[in-house]
Amino acid sequence: MNKPLNKMAVQATINGEQTAFLCSPGQVLAEVLRDEMELIGTKIGCNTGDCGACSVLVNDRLVCACLVLAAEVEGQAVQTIEGIAEGGVLHPVQQKLLEHAGLQCGICTPGVVVAAKALLEHNPNPTEEQARYWLAGNLCRCTGYDKIIRAVLDAAQQMREEAAA
Amino acid sequence: MSIQEFVAPHSLSEAKGLLSDGAIASVLAGGTDLLVGVRLGTRSPERVVDLKQIPELTAIHVDSESVQIGAAASAFSILHNSDVPSCFPGLAEALDLIGSTQIQGRCSAGGNLCNASPAADSIPALIANGAQCLITGPAGDHQMSVEDFVVGPSKNALKEGELLVALILPRPSPQTADAYLRLTPRTEMDIAVAGVGVSLTLDGNGTCTAARVSIGAVAPTALLVEAAGAALVGTQLEATAIEAAVAASREAACPISDKRGTAEYRTHVVGVLVARAVAQAQARIVEASS
Amino acid sequence: MNAYQEFSIIGSRPVRPDGLDKVTGRARYGADLNMQGQIYGHIVRSPHAHAVIQSIDCSQALAMEGVLAVMTGEDLPVPGDSVLGSGEGAIALKDLSPMVMSQGKVLFHAQAVAAVAATSPELAAQAAALIEVSYQVLPAVTDMHEALSAEAPILHEDRFPDGFPEEPTNLAAHISLEVGEPDAAFERADVVIEQTYSVPMCHQGYIEPHACVARVDAAGRVDLWCSTQGHFTVAQYTAALTGIDVGKVKVTASEIGGGFGGKTTVYLEPVAVVLAQKAGRPVKMVMDRGDVFRVTGPAPGAQTRVKLGAMRDGQLVAAEVECVMDTGAYNGNPAGIPAFMATACYKLTNARSTGRAVYTNKPKIHAYRAPSVPQVTLGVELAMTELAAELEMDPLAFRLKNAVEEGDANMMGAPYNRIGLRECLEVASAHAHYKAPVAEGEGRGVAAGYWINAGLQSSATLNVLSDGHLSILTGSPDIGGSRASMALMAAEVLGIPFEHIHPQIAATDAVGHCDVTGGSRTTLATGQAVIQAAEQCVAEMCRRAAAEWEVETGVVTWSQGAAHYGEHSLTFEALARRAGTMGGPLTFSSSLTASSAAPSFGVHICDAKVDKETGRTTITRYTVIQDAGKAIHPAYVEGQMQGGAAQGIGWALNEEYLYDENGALENPGFLDYRIPVASDLPFIDTVIVEVPNPLHPFGVKGVGEVPIVPPMPAVAEAVYRSAGVRLRDMPLNPPTIVAALQEG
Repeated sequence: MNKPLNKMAVQATINGEQTAFLCSPGQVLAEVLRDEMELIGTKIGCNTGDCGACSVLVNDRLVCACLVLAAEVEGQAVQTIEGIAEGGVLHPVQQKLLEHAGLQCGICTPGVVVAAKALLEHNPNPTEEQARYWLAGNLCRCTGYDKIIRAVLDAAQQMREEAAA
Repeated sequence: MSIQEFVAPHSLSEAKGLLSDGAIASVLAGGTDLLVGVRLGTRSPERVVDLKQIPELTAIHVDSESVQIGAAASAFSILHNSDVPSCFPGLAEALDLIGSTQIQGRCSAGGNLCNASPAADSIPALIANGAQCLITGPAGDHQMSVEDFVVGPSKNALKEGELLVALILPRPSPQTADAYLRLTPRTEMDIAVAGVGVSLTLDGNGTCTAARVSIGAVAPTALLVEAAGAALVGTQLEATAIEAAVAASREAACPISDKRGTAEYRTHVVGVLVARAVAQAQARIVEASS
Repeated sequence: MNAYQEFSIIGSRPVRPDGLDKVTGRARYGADLNMQGQIYGHIVRSPHAHAVIQSIDCSQALAMEGVLAVMTGEDLPVPGDSVLGSGEGAIALKDLSPMVMSQGKVLFHAQAVAAVAATSPELAAQAAALIEVSYQVLPAVTDMHEALSAEAPILHEDRFPDGFPEEPTNLAAHISLEVGEPDAAFERADVVIEQTYSVPMCHQGYIEPHACVARVDAAGRVDLWCSTQGHFTVAQYTAALTGIDVGKVKVTASEIGGGFGGKTTVYLEPVAVVLAQKAGRPVKMVMDRGDVFRVTGPAPGAQTRVKLGAMRDGQLVAAEVECVMDTGAYNGNPAGIPAFMATACYKLTNARSTGRAVYTNKPKIHAYRAPSVPQVTLGVELAMTELAAELEMDPLAFRLKNAVEEGDANMMGAPYNRIGLRECLEVASAHAHYKAPVAEGEGRGVAAGYWINAGLQSSATLNVLSDGHLSILTGSPDIGGSRASMALMAAEVLGIPFEHIHPQIAATDAVGHCDVTGGSRTTLATGQAVIQAAEQCVAEMCRRAAAEWEVETGVVTWSQGAAHYGEHSLTFEALARRAGTMGGPLTFSSSLTASSAAPSFGVHICDAKVDKETGRTTITRYTVIQDAGKAIHPAYVEGQMQGGAAQGIGWALNEEYLYDENGALENPGFLDYRIPVASDLPFIDTVIVEVPNPLHPFGVKGVGEVPIVPPMPAVAEAVYRSAGVRLRDMPLNPPTIVAALQEG
């Protein structure tokens, strides 16, 4: 039986690289990132936008990749956890999470890193409350969020100091 | 998935054509309801029509007469890249309460409205502000109020081939402010158990000259409670006036009991929220004029 | 006896060895591996909560192009009366097998009845829809009290607890322990209180769904990759459930995205193996989030009646605890622990505690962080607080007066060794949180908690690498930073840099047996294996140095990462480099059944504010005080304390399983199964108390589980003090609080 493949060709910039991939019209970005591009850092915790583990940036906008059709990113720029550290240098959020032990099992961590990066680009000086509300869409079951928030606020401070210097 | 075709038209006429050629089609704005529905099996379009490449659908325009919000504009862009929050802080509060930052990066006021969940956060705030729906279809363009647009749980007034283009909110008159409050068990990430949108206008003496009270999640659709607004007009928003508005709102509410709350609780809380939202709108007016 | 009294690196906070991979997205979890040629499995699930399967017709599914295998329960051996494991870890195969796939009777909604493997997940789902199952539907019961009533449908006609009449009943177990003469003691008491408390069925709520990939080669050898807390357990269970020799089953543990007890068993793995065997291709299976909630073992709901008697001066004289627990469709053995541990914190020579378990048409319960203890402790601790109020005593002072100490006996008669409950209570009493005035409109609650902590079996292999680095292989999946602790312990013994140590989780064919990462045992038991292997390494290196220097081994000492005698020294690195000519490869293994486990105690302080009009509760301040014995890596100990507290707070305020009238779960998702989000919680302050465990070389006590035990009673008391209404049934969600306020 020869059924035609119902695939679309999509061109997008993924982590700074011009990329092309094939996807079904109904495939979500999270699935395509993981299965077609083998970028397994974006995790799927629920597939319905309730947990934030699949957080990515599309045109610098924080979204859940499970609620974006892969076809939508035609001509757009996508950044995943794999693209956060630049040239092997960790983003301050990544570094501070390590220093503060802001991860235990680590499954929520990629989503938290992406979301926190977006937070600090939007607001370089968030209060504790602002950080908590921004990150409310990133569920963590291990840490109780304490060390995550401390790490994010510490990263924010470091970034402000570097910018001022 | 059922989706067989994805198209991203660049014009309204192209979009309309794609919605009226017989295909089982669904429009896509943020996808935060549609794609969840597809995942859970409650939505099964064959064709998805992405609206986000059509300028009218994402434009946000503020002028002296009105505020026009493209139906597919994301909550995030409305909140952070437009003047809508300064005109309608209550509507902004409502949009800021939908889902998470990630959801707001995608979800749209138009989509939230068209999805017509009884608990949708944007709808009471839109109703309170007298928002109108700009609809286009095979028979041309027309407008209707938001409260008329939602006709039942998950049912809107769009006919075959019609499309919600934008929401139009008249610029509020001076000494007017809105507010939106909702009750959820957690601080975020929950569907509203009860929601209230309020818009008040006061005169120079603090007398209320106009009031719109809308309640959500306590009936099959969000409701404009005219009796609650009437109870406030002509008063100084003193305790008895507020109590009357609260009573009228509770009277209008006809909630169900479900996994998110009992009917008794919802009726009780919607009244609490009406009182608080009125106080918040009043405080906004007072602060703006001081 | 603690062999090590002073530490050079233990107690520091280095970055964990696996941290870089986890913050950059490189770490591989269950769903992150693909095997060449893999196909995809999909499970067919029952739409009924209670039914007899009359027939299953897979023919249409098998006829579909791209479908390579189907299976039903008939492809699994009949469990009979086999029991796996022993002691507390024992499980009857007939309780385990149906949780993987039904063999004729459906006892909970969404129970697996068949499965199919196809060349894409979409095809597998389509094929699954073509499998025709006919059911004879039976009435279902989801409420455990109804399940005990005379009219209830009986789930197991063939089972009844020991000593009970031979009539079918839904009572799964009845265990009672008694010391002294509690009835007479109640007579003597000045004050007696008796109340009933309840806690709903809940889920561990790990963010990563179950996932595995299974490959079976032509010789029938299984290569299984899965997310698990214990891959040796997976091997044992999978072998028993499929009838394959355990020697032919190799399991590799992926990184694990949370477990909390819920991943110490199998669900998908045996199905993937059978499908892979039939299809001749590897099979990947990832559980849907909804199914995680619907079909994987939750924590039991419970109702606990507590009766306490005390003298006016605050001395507790009698206790009676009766805890009825919902075990779901099969026996998850939840009842023994309440019987044994209900009164563990307090000196009681006259007490009776009873645990009962009831079958209901819900998934069989499974372990969740200190299994069964949070449920019974809500009752005991809240009763203690209520009794303290009646006695007009400070709740911490009342607890101090009655707190168990070294030498006191538990309900089984075993005496406590050096424990830290008193110390935790004293720290709590003096803590700034407790001393701060309660803010206007807020309320404060305190509670204590206990968990026994397991020992069990662990193994470790240390390989000294030619450049002086060290590889540590253990079989303990790293859920919360244990690799860092293993490296710290080895670094302490060997005196080599932490950064030179590479801990890895080896597959089941590459290291000795390791029981699960759970039971708060990993740092203790697997750590002890690491310590022992490191000490063997030191001994051998000293022996080689002695041989080189031609002296008696006994005069050579080891310190600062080198062997010393007089002016001679040989560093670890030099000995490593020259291993080949000094005696051969430097590899050391150690295995043990740890007998060094010691219980942990914790005390929590909670401030909360209830909005009395809406019933919503805000936790405004929270402090966790816990005896860790010796904190190897304090940041990860703090992490356990904070994470467990957050889970307990969620259970107190919003988490619960809700079933509809057809026995289907109404809230199988994170939207309506409401775990705390970042904006729901304040910073959670921690105080690590260290009362060293005399049985462990470093003084370690397990820490992972006890933090979930005190929150519910602490939160419930804080809510009472803020709202003015006493609630004894969790969760304390807004509708519940408002209804109580309106009644009162």
